[in-house]
Amino acid sequence: MGQLFNLQFLAGHIHYLLFIVLMMTGLFIVVDKTNLVKKIIGLNIFQVSVFMFYVSIGKVTGGTAPIFPMDDKYHVDKEALQGIVYSNPLPHVLILTAIVVGIATTSLGLALIIRIRESFNTIDEEDILNIEQEMTRDDNIKYRDVAEGLI
Amino acid sequence: MIFHHLILRVVTKLLVGTIILFALYVQFHGDFSPGGGFQAGVIMAVAFILYGIVFSLESVKKVFPEWLVHKILALGVLIYAGTGIATMLLGYDFLDYDAFAPLHPTHGQHWGLLAIEFGVGVTVTGVMVAIYYAFAGRPPSLTDEDW
Amino acid sequence: MANTALVAEHTARTLYDHLPLLQVLVPFCAAPLIVLLGSRRLAWPLAFVSSAIALIISVMLMMSVREGGYISYTMGGWSPPLGIEYRIDATNAYVLMLISAIGTVVLPFAYVSVKDEIRSKDHSLFYACWMLCLTGLLGMVATGDAFNVFVFLEISSLSTYVLVAQGAARDRRALTAAYDYLIMGTIGATFFVIGLGMLYMATGTLNMADLADRIADQGANRTVRSGFAFIVVGLGLKVAMFPLHLWLPKAYTFAPSAVTVFLSATATKAALYVLMRFIFSVYHPDFSFTTNALEIIFLPLAIIAMFSASFVAAFQINFKRMLAYSSIAQVGYMLLGIAILTETGLTAALLHMFNHGLAKALLFMGVGALVLRTGSAFYTQISGLGRKMPLTCGAIVVGGLSLIGVPGTAGFLSKWLLVQAALERVAENSSFLLVSIAIVLSSLLAVVYVWRVFEVLYLREPDPNSTATEAPLMMLIPMWILAGSCLWFGLSTDFLYDIANQAALGLLDGSMGMLDSNEALGVK
Repeated sequence: MGQLFNLQFLAGHIHYLLFIVLMMTGLFIVVDKTNLVKKIIGLNIFQVSVFMFYVSIGKVTGGTAPIFPMDDKYHVDKEALQGIVYSNPLPHVLILTAIVVGIATTSLGLALIIRIRESFNTIDEEDILNIEQEMTRDDNIKYRDVAEGLI
Repeated sequence: MIFHHLILRVVTKLLVGTIILFALYVQFHGDFSPGGGFQAGVIMAVAFILYGIVFSLESVKKVFPEWLVHKILALGVLIYAGTGIATMLLGYDFLDYDAFAPLHPTHGQHWGLLAIEFGVGVTVTGVMVAIYYAFAGRPPSLTDEDW
Repeated sequence: MANTALVAEHTARTLYDHLPLLQVLVPFCAAPLIVLLGSRRLAWPLAFVSSAIALIISVMLMMSVREGGYISYTMGGWSPPLGIEYRIDATNAYVLMLISAIGTVVLPFAYVSVKDEIRSKDHSLFYACWMLCLTGLLGMVATGDAFNVFVFLEISSLSTYVLVAQGAARDRRALTAAYDYLIMGTIGATFFVIGLGMLYMATGTLNMADLADRIADQGANRTVRSGFAFIVVGLGLKVAMFPLHLWLPKAYTFAPSAVTVFLSATATKAALYVLMRFIFSVYHPDFSFTTNALEIIFLPLAIIAMFSASFVAAFQINFKRMLAYSSIAQVGYMLLGIAILTETGLTAALLHMFNHGLAKALLFMGVGALVLRTGSAFYTQISGLGRKMPLTCGAIVVGGLSLIGVPGTAGFLSKWLLVQAALERVAENSSFLLVSIAIVLSSLLAVVYVWRVFEVLYLREPDPNSTATEAPLMMLIPMWILAGSCLWFGLSTDFLYDIANQAALGLLDGSMGMLDSNEALGVK
């Protein structure tokens, strides 16, 4: 526990803290907001926090961009290669995929919202819930099962 | 009406070509410098989207009709998978580009990467433009006065 | 790699070597091909042919690994810990077979049902989405790379959201169902990625077998443990584990009939397989936190799910919605089998996965046929149809009996094994007696809700104005194939039991490690 209040420890792990703050902000928006578009925005913030988490774990102290130095004939310059430290590119590549997935999710979510807006005439979750409860109530009355009392 | 946004329209006309050229550069220079299909595809799509925003959805659809967008985004995926199938037919693992030039594997890797990045670029262009068409093509159910 | 001496040694791969990849590649190629051709008439045949090929491939894979061992396939010539590896062993061959079999059997049914329920303009895109969903499910089961699981999980999830939303042509609530599923599914998948990130931080690798080796080397530390928590919660959302199941009833109720059949039998099963793979092969069950999670979290939640969802199911007035709640209860049985943590328990879970897939697909097909003829699945609308649609309702009866677990049907075997597994552990922990009683009691609840359907179908007078006739042949054939296999696997139990047992043994052995596969491939 003592570690948690150690300023040096906190400063060294600042990216994790930021990741957690951003992640919780995103999740809170998803849970709290009733506007469907805002929920998607929250989802995006949540995902971006994960992207940042991945990108930050790929950092190597003193590392540079992982591209081989080239000589003027576009061959790998073996001399310049000596002693270079590269950041780990793999988490970045992984997160490129996750970003694309995020774009797909966002556009699908927005497309669904447009359709919801067209058929429910609102994008507020509480209004939609009211409409749906009314529909369910109507169904329950219309299709009331005679055997209900048996169980 | 047509004389509105004169500066925007002139600048757009200048920009569209440049953006497409830049997209092609990012696409094909991808094996020497940062770049590749994803980025190039998005940049390419930006050119069409910019044209659509400044002129109109109808005019960009004349250049790049909706059915073509759908075909292209499927075609790109097939180019990618087809490259893999080609390597398989040549007796190597899926997407093992050595197959294209067994005696000079480095060249094989170059050609293979070029092919799949082209597929990726085509698909990403198609997808991005398709998303723009899908959202912009919906007639707004709110008129400006309702806001 | 850039060495001519090595190139000369290359032995050409045969088609047989490519099977693990073709399993995923065939449906994957079918999807863009359907869009590219854009023909309404060609979409269905293409989809059907490619799922049939996938089924044949999965059977061939099953045959080659059913005695144990595994097949490793590498992508792009990069050897496993670095490159992406597909690794087929008895466990995933079994799940692959379930998914591709259901996918193939459902398609003839879908042909009629989709024509009825979805605008004809959307048919080719619908089948393209269907193929993508199949690709995603097959891929996440076949792959041996942890991040690849996420990619395929998202491919299947995104296409699932689209497929569920297609129900909007009938009921606009399908849109909000798809939206809710999208939000929850994305949160689940993102949690899974966070877990993977933690694992990557701790081990520096993403290959499942390599992960297992390295986690075993370094033992449990806080990063590895929190990774486990994230992965279990993320996959729990996809599996519809009890408190995380809220998306399921609505999505299954309002999706088009064919989609519900397909998803109920495959989507949760594939996610459950991945969960098992992570619990047993990546994290070894010897770790105390794994065992604790299974006993303290999975076991009670599974039992709560079995009772609460069955209870809610008994009070539904809509056949389709009732089956959706019953699915949550049945997932409870599978999780219970995993939580018992013995060979018998795991075999029971794997068997129940298959049997429940068959029975649920059959029942949802029955609902689809009733919906085709009457327009809705409410009990009052379908009452007395047992006399007008005898073949459809006969198949529903078989499915219902298998769901309860009546002797002679496939469901009996897995529930029997589950009780047996619980009783085996009574000796060391007497509270497992209560678990076995709970299994029997919750089966009684299944009797209640299934009996209600039988009562509605057979003991009521049909609506005199109803013009319902027997379902078309395209629907009856797949239904009776499934009904026949429900009975067949109930009577001739050896085949499925052997495979499930082999799969369970493979899982309990933990990871097969990286080492021998490196040797087999002759890593340079």
